[in-house]
Amino acid sequence: MTTLTRTSEDVAAGPTTARRRPRRDRLPYLLLLPALLVIAVLLLWPLGQVVAMSFHELGIRQLRGDQPWPWVGLANYAEILGDPFFRTVLRNTVLFAAANVVLTMVLGTLVGLLLNRLGRRMAAFVGGCVMLAWATPALTGAIVWKWLFDDTSGLVTWLFNQLPDGLSLALFGRTDWTGYGWFNSPLTFFAVLTLVVVWHSFPFVAVSVLAGLKSVPAELQEAARVDGAGPWRVFWSVTFPLLRPVFGILVVLSTIWDFKVFTQQYVLAGGTQDRSTFMLSIYSYAMAFSPPPKFGMGSAIAVVLTAILLVVTGIYVRMVLRQEES
Amino acid sequence: MKRGVGKFAVNAAGLLVALFAVFPVFWMVSTSLKPNEEIFSATPQPVPREPTLRHYRDVLIGDVIPGVSFTDFFLNSALVAVATVLLSGLLALLAATAVARFRFRLRTSFLVMLLVVQMIPLEALVIPLFLMIRRLGLYNQLPGLVLVYLGFSLPFAVWMLRGFVAAVPGELEEAAAIDGASRWQTFWRVLLPLVAPGLVATSIFSFITAWNELIFALTFISTEDRYTLPVAMTFFFGRDDTAWGSVMAASTLLTLPVMIFFVLVQRRMVSGLVAGAVKG
Repeated sequence: MTTLTRTSEDVAAGPTTARRRPRRDRLPYLLLLPALLVIAVLLLWPLGQVVAMSFHELGIRQLRGDQPWPWVGLANYAEILGDPFFRTVLRNTVLFAAANVVLTMVLGTLVGLLLNRLGRRMAAFVGGCVMLAWATPALTGAIVWKWLFDDTSGLVTWLFNQLPDGLSLALFGRTDWTGYGWFNSPLTFFAVLTLVVVWHSFPFVAVSVLAGLKSVPAELQEAARVDGAGPWRVFWSVTFPLLRPVFGILVVLSTIWDFKVFTQQYVLAGGTQDRSTFMLSIYSYAMAFSPPPKFGMGSAIAVVLTAILLVVTGIYVRMVLRQEES
Repeated sequence: MKRGVGKFAVNAAGLLVALFAVFPVFWMVSTSLKPNEEIFSATPQPVPREPTLRHYRDVLIGDVIPGVSFTDFFLNSALVAVATVLLSGLLALLAATAVARFRFRLRTSFLVMLLVVQMIPLEALVIPLFLMIRRLGLYNQLPGLVLVYLGFSLPFAVWMLRGFVAAVPGELEEAAAIDGASRWQTFWRVLLPLVAPGLVATSIFSFITAWNELIFALTFISTEDRYTLPVAMTFFFGRDDTAWGSVMAASTLLTLPVMIFFVLVQRRMVSGLVAGAVKG
């Protein structure tokens, strides 16, 4: 038994470590045990639980009396998938995530390229400002934007009131913006939410793209420029192919983050009452925690969300593997 | 000539980006220092003309509801965050040492699992964790929050700390071992001091995770005196649309620790870790 373990260990460790003094004791497992336990109990087990719960009817009665949960099979899924409201929520979520990922990536990449072009002191200044947006907690960021879009004394409302009446009327069909409820109609709500989320997430993309640019030799872009390529051409033919892995990771991470936006939505909507602006994560939450609680249904929605993100992660992993092969 | 114009355009764009990024933060602080007449004035001013700390006084002194004040929320948040940091730091250090210093059978599987686990949407785990916390009798208890935040911050903390441990040259520990130090002494006297900057950076990350978290705190805590700062913000400050001065003062107080720590991590990350240790 021990010899078997030993050989498989050495194979896994490879030739570099074989030269090292071999340590084959229980110590690494002991060191790992607490962390493994925490991850298993607090992340993996709940993940299994949420799937299991989605197949059960689980309401306040089951919770109160600790009664066994009635098995309902796929009934929860059948109910949500047959519900036009769920389809609206799903559509909102996908459209919102797509728009936010594209905008975050475009703005972040442009700012990354810009930071690379700026002089040293200017780059440090702009980089520092960008870092502040990143460091702001999602919660307070959303609260400040809500204040900026306040319908009586908000700065944005004031700015729109400063527009010449003719222009404002021609563009938006109104001249007086005082009392205009930015958060009352889904379209303007999602527009402001997009602004808030992009503002908070573009710095990460910008800083990562900048780090990527610093790691590839600038001579390649220089050479392309000398050969007469415009900035557009230089980016798509030289910079983008070089940074493809960085962009891949950034797109996947942004997709995952933008699919499950919760805090900013909760703050801008002022809670979970406004169903017209629901997206998957807040819908799942409201289903489970607004009376009457339906934990089974909420779980089914959470599983749909997780499944979508799993597919995104899967596509990315395959993308990486294919790149390695070629 | 063309180059000069290009440089001007690039700098102008840079200023525009800086303004967009920093303006909401600036406006938060600026509003928090304005008297009410200026906040609700018909022509908003960029900086307060008569700066006042009134809103900070209102927030910090006086009760939000009878017997409960802003400082209670602040302390609850600090308590939860510090407990999370200590536990997460300890467990992460043990696990990071295991993966960075030993070769064992499940090492690669563990590392892959760390990556995959970070992709799990935590928002999807609210329901099962809520039931688990209830069953453990930790509902409406701050330790319940510490427990879930530990779970959320640990995978990344191990991942991050692993690099710091690996960056400490193994020769130092071998030298200590040759000099007759026990494994424990080697860990305590050699590895720990050298990993300390990494531990600080990792801790700050865990702190920010716990300090900013909203959904779980919203769900797991039911009585006002145990609210963490983010929950209190959404209940008492974020919903009252008339007292923007106090709301901005409270927001500034919540944001400040995070910003300071964030700037510190940025520095720690780039500072050379054990530059002279091997040579010396």
